[in-house]
Amino acid sequence: MTSVQIEVFLQTLIAGLLLGGLYALIGLGMTLIMGVMKIINLAHGELMMVGMYIAYWMFVLFNIDPYLSVFIATPALFFLGIAIQKFLVNPVLKVESILPENQVILTVGIGMVLANLATVFFKSDYRSTPVAYATNAFYLSDFWETSPIELSLSVPWTVSFVFAVVITITLWFFLAKTDTGKSIRATAQDLEAAFLMGVNVKLMRVITFGIGAGLVGAAGCLFLPIYYLFPSLGGQFTLIAFVITILGGLGSTIGAIIGGLVLGVFESMTATYIGMGWAPVGRFVIFVVCLIFLPGGVASLLKRKKFGK
Amino acid sequence: MKKFAPFIILTILAVIPLTGLSTYMLHILILVIMWSAIGMSWNLLGGYCGQVSFGHAAYFGVGAYTAGILYSKLGLSPWWGVPLSIVVVSVFSLVLGFIVLRLRGPFFALATLASGEVMRITTENLVDLTGGAMGILIQKRTWVDKTWYFYIILLIAASTFILVRKLMESKLGYYFVAIREDQDAAESLGINTTLYKTLALCISGVLTGIAGAFYTNYMGYIDPHVAFALHDISIITIMIVMVGGVATYWGPFVGALIMVLLAEVIRSMPGLGTAHQTLFGVLLIVIIIFLPNGIVGDYKKLKRLLGFRRAST
Repeated sequence: MTSVQIEVFLQTLIAGLLLGGLYALIGLGMTLIMGVMKIINLAHGELMMVGMYIAYWMFVLFNIDPYLSVFIATPALFFLGIAIQKFLVNPVLKVESILPENQVILTVGIGMVLANLATVFFKSDYRSTPVAYATNAFYLSDFWETSPIELSLSVPWTVSFVFAVVITITLWFFLAKTDTGKSIRATAQDLEAAFLMGVNVKLMRVITFGIGAGLVGAAGCLFLPIYYLFPSLGGQFTLIAFVITILGGLGSTIGAIIGGLVLGVFESMTATYIGMGWAPVGRFVIFVVCLIFLPGGVASLLKRKKFGK
Repeated sequence: MKKFAPFIILTILAVIPLTGLSTYMLHILILVIMWSAIGMSWNLLGGYCGQVSFGHAAYFGVGAYTAGILYSKLGLSPWWGVPLSIVVVSVFSLVLGFIVLRLRGPFFALATLASGEVMRITTENLVDLTGGAMGILIQKRTWVDKTWYFYIILLIAASTFILVRKLMESKLGYYFVAIREDQDAAESLGINTTLYKTLALCISGVLTGIAGAFYTNYMGYIDPHVAFALHDISIITIMIVMVGGVATYWGPFVGALIMVLLAEVIRSMPGLGTAHQTLFGVLLIVIIIFLPNGIVGDYKKLKRLLGFRRAST
């Protein structure tokens, strides 16, 4: 490989990792909801869209930086998630019906309403936040002048990635160390046992949906400076979240993080070496390969190692 | 009386074009019948066999593009697409079934959703074969008048209805329902669940594909966003069956009637046009919470609810 090829490869790898960190955040919300509720939230991408619009309007109206909006959009989405869970999903859980997938179809309905309301209120224009640092970048040659290859690191991408890492660590701390977090994990592992141990399962479900929605709302704020915004962007992110969950293993938090990174790198590689338009197909290829060869996702690999099998 | 209901309705439908209906009304009727055919075939897989597919646009689109490519690349009449789509969609659904039928429940749902999207993106990128985002335009329509289109789609829908009904009254139907109720129990009773699930997927896909091939002929234009639309085809199909009634023979027809008419009414109202998906979504949510088995399936419950309301006012 010539030095140019190495440069392209490394640059693609870095872009992929940065993207992957954000993907992991989206996947985490989905995997939490899936673990505790045992349902797929097909409105996940639409919730992210709502988060992005909150950040967008905060920027336009009050000139609040999208990164600061994380602290506004996350609680807002948390309460939106709680409301959805309490007033829409819970009643459906009680209804008897032929198809058990009713809850999934319900989330499709919610997603449709959210996406369409956004179109009605904000038109289907593509928008982006013109932040001052949008095109800034760190260059490798700034730090190491005799470097044989030149790499650049976009400022908004890096900041978003750092934010994503911080949020992920906070979440890990919450799940591992606090009582509520432990109760959530217990509910995910075995609902009835948790119930018998005195965990308020109903409350945990509501909180989990709220946290899932809050996480994806935060991801939306982080995506805003580097991506553009339009009402129907939800669908593709729902798919991404789902591929990550399958890749990482269902309901596994660490799996979701690894899955997100792998998907990010893979997508960035497809975009560079095959073509931009094919990146979504690449997602599906990963998904299929994973289903056939690694049905338990990355989580099953980790488990195997732990028990020395 | 109940036994003859299909014949009576078929006769009424067959006579309708003779009464000198306006072209617009005939167009609406064609759409209703086409959607009920798609709904019935979805119902076979989703309602009876319990495999909720969010990607019927994939089969619809493959059928539609079979007809379109025959016309644009080989210069044949797109009507050949109707019989040929049976072969193409069978092969396609076998391949797809091999992948997605490994999954269960919600995961199956999402995998099918992804398959529809991937088909759309693939079609967009294979510009040489499909014309990419430009789509395929059938320059010469077979008939200007809509009457023949009406009879053809009526024939397709009637065949779909009979096929689904005969299937569900046969041994196969019981296998399908057994798989829906409890896949593990069905397997332990000696039902080859993989085989029957694949069969249900194939039949359902082929029936949808035929409707797709008809769509190309009728509309005269397809592009990836129309033929593989997530909301306008996959989700609408589910809504039609959910509104009408899951696992009922007449549900898809009732659902298609309501949804198509509702869509037309909403579209004709100024200011509401862009909000039609919100209204559809709200309708879907209301139906799932209050009438989870649809209008036909929960007919008694609906009657009671309405009766209660009348008594209270």
